[in-house]
Amino acid sequence: MNIYAKLIVRLPANGWRLLLQQQQHKINSSIPSLATAVRQASSGPILEYDEPNAYKLHMLEEGPNNHVSCTREEGLDFYRKMQVVRRMEASANNMYKAKLIRGFCHLYSGQEAVCVGMKAAMDKNDSLITAYRAHGWTYMMGVSVTGVLAELTGRKTGCSEGRGGSMHMYGPNFYGGNGIVGAQVPLGAGVAFAHKYRGEQNVCVALYGDGAANQGQVFEAFNMAKLWLLPCIFVCENNGYGMGTSTARASANPNFYRRCEYIPGLWVNGMDVLAVREATRFARNWCTSGKGPIIMEMATYRYFGHSMSDPGTSYRTREEVQDVRKSRDPIASFREKLLQAKLATEDEFKGIDNEVKKLIEDAENHAQNDPELQVDELYSHIYSNPPANFKVRGCDNFTFKDISK
Amino acid sequence: MNLVNNILKSHNSMEVLRRSFSISPRLLTEKSLTIREAITQAMDEEISRDERVFLIGEEVAQYDGAYKMSKGLWKKHGDKRVVDTPITEMGFAGIATGAAMAGLRPICEFMTFNFSMQAIDHVINSAAKAYYMSAGIVKVPIVFRGPNGAAAGVGAQHSQDYSSWYSQCPGLKVIAPYSAEDCRGLLKAAIRDDDPVVFLENELLYGLHFPVSDEALSADFVLPIGKGKIEREGKHITLVAYSIGVKLCMEAAKELEQSGIQCEVVNLRSLRPLDEDIIKNSVKKTHYLLTVEFGWSQCSIGSEVIARICESDAFDYLDAPPIRVTGADVPLAYAKTLEQNSMPQVANVVKSIKKVLNK
Repeated sequence: MNIYAKLIVRLPANGWRLLLQQQQHKINSSIPSLATAVRQASSGPILEYDEPNAYKLHMLEEGPNNHVSCTREEGLDFYRKMQVVRRMEASANNMYKAKLIRGFCHLYSGQEAVCVGMKAAMDKNDSLITAYRAHGWTYMMGVSVTGVLAELTGRKTGCSEGRGGSMHMYGPNFYGGNGIVGAQVPLGAGVAFAHKYRGEQNVCVALYGDGAANQGQVFEAFNMAKLWLLPCIFVCENNGYGMGTSTARASANPNFYRRCEYIPGLWVNGMDVLAVREATRFARNWCTSGKGPIIMEMATYRYFGHSMSDPGTSYRTREEVQDVRKSRDPIASFREKLLQAKLATEDEFKGIDNEVKKLIEDAENHAQNDPELQVDELYSHIYSNPPANFKVRGCDNFTFKDISK
Repeated sequence: MNLVNNILKSHNSMEVLRRSFSISPRLLTEKSLTIREAITQAMDEEISRDERVFLIGEEVAQYDGAYKMSKGLWKKHGDKRVVDTPITEMGFAGIATGAAMAGLRPICEFMTFNFSMQAIDHVINSAAKAYYMSAGIVKVPIVFRGPNGAAAGVGAQHSQDYSSWYSQCPGLKVIAPYSAEDCRGLLKAAIRDDDPVVFLENELLYGLHFPVSDEALSADFVLPIGKGKIEREGKHITLVAYSIGVKLCMEAAKELEQSGIQCEVVNLRSLRPLDEDIIKNSVKKTHYLLTVEFGWSQCSIGSEVIARICESDAFDYLDAPPIRVTGADVPLAYAKTLEQNSMPQVANVVKSIKKVLNK
């Protein structure tokens, strides 16, 4: 926190000089559209650049602004959040290998710009539901890193007290974490239904993968969402593979933003956090202005296998993964833009990285040393309103627990 | 979801099971198969034997199966016979059922039976009822197979036992094998059967070795659907179980042997039709009955077994009320301790046997 405060005060002072340097650079550059710029605004210096290939449109006359920007403060905040998600997943990876995490565990690494960029454009009362690759979204929806990691280790301070595990995390306005492929999509439309029913100016974001995009219930949800003009943003996080099957082998039409002939669609470069934010603003405006649902396809990539059990190398090459890491990584590329625009220094990034590292270490420590729930707790939370004298049977005829209030 | 089986993970969990699974030195000289090998071989042989047979499901071809149950089959038999589908259970279960109606013999793999809920309408309304509704015109020779029940640490949505759900439906045949011999003989029988069969495997058993006879290794080895097996003879109490429940009973029986209690373990093998005779005959001999399963207690397989005994002449032979050992009546928690206490352990079986026998 101190680092931020100090630098925010210091940087605007040399903002104009940075801008002049940047403009000079822009003139000299042969690819001006990709150049970043910094400009002085009342709120401080700004990172801005054109991203001509950030979007593709379906049934939309106009799309989001190709000129994207953020303040220095926002930029550092996005960088930090993406790093938290990246390092949190690295910690989950390590703890899984150390057998502290059991069962299924699907890592979000590589897709960070999607959750950080989208959340930045959402209202605090907007809702969200996702699939089983849920850790990054759980953190972005307000659960602490400890809440996520302790859930993964099955401890009582986990966000679901260790009852849910990797795929079943929840939070305020966050409806999970769903283990059944595609099931969250109609649920998300239902949450949007409730927003509209109550007359709220809010949307529900319903996320699914490129694999789930083929589930029948997704199309059923599309139909009703359009019929009833539900404020739902359907988001396909296309990371290229549904488990071990590439989109080309699973989808007759792999253009997920063009999957519906009556709902507009928007393809977004999901590796660019600012493009994601800009596109989400656009989609949110679309929904809240009463036009009904919209489909977004976030072009992204997962670095790990489908889950911890999948080495992720039998259906794609190691070179492919390395190539994305080198050329399209959402964190490294954004960091580079901020550096290039001289909005932040190497030292500042190092400072943030160290702070994040400490945060994750503390959470990891907590997640490993917390106790599990008492055994008797396995009988609670079956009903919110158990009938009088309601007894739950254990594993034999001599084990019963009265759970009535 | 879900779910690619962790080879590392399952090996580890199997190590744990293997340690608790007694293998006598004699068995080491006999031929043995893992459940995984038994199922893969049975499918391989039936695909080779009958050109109408094909395997369809998620990740069954290029990936060798999410749990590696179809290892090598796509390489050997090709795209036509081993078909990868998108992650769309309702669609491919319907397509497989339609193909069966038209005379093919699909083996439809559900990555786990938890995902069969997405497709249950086709299992029940399309497959199970067609023969009856058409007055015998439309046959549906299909096998729906995959792991059923809880694996390790996969949480509530991936841990359900569907035995009693499917066993309730007329028109279906439902099999829940325990040993490698069960798997080989019954899967081959299921594929050759003209009716729709639900074949419920258990992931925790996949890596376990079981001894097999030469007879069971023959290409034409089939076991009769609807017949159980006395897995262990005894005279003091009848333990009725299926799938991984049999393993629990065998361990409990071994433990009680030392205190002079001889348990007879009935491996049901088929849940529909249910082999009533084998249970009745055993109960008439032992006079005591206990059922063991991992599914929930209400309307469970144990409930059905006990009801049938109470409705039959074997009731008069009972010397104490029969009781059930089941999974706890809760959605399964992720945390290890809670999970363990939600699933029946050998201790639950031993304690229940002693209570029934008043010992």
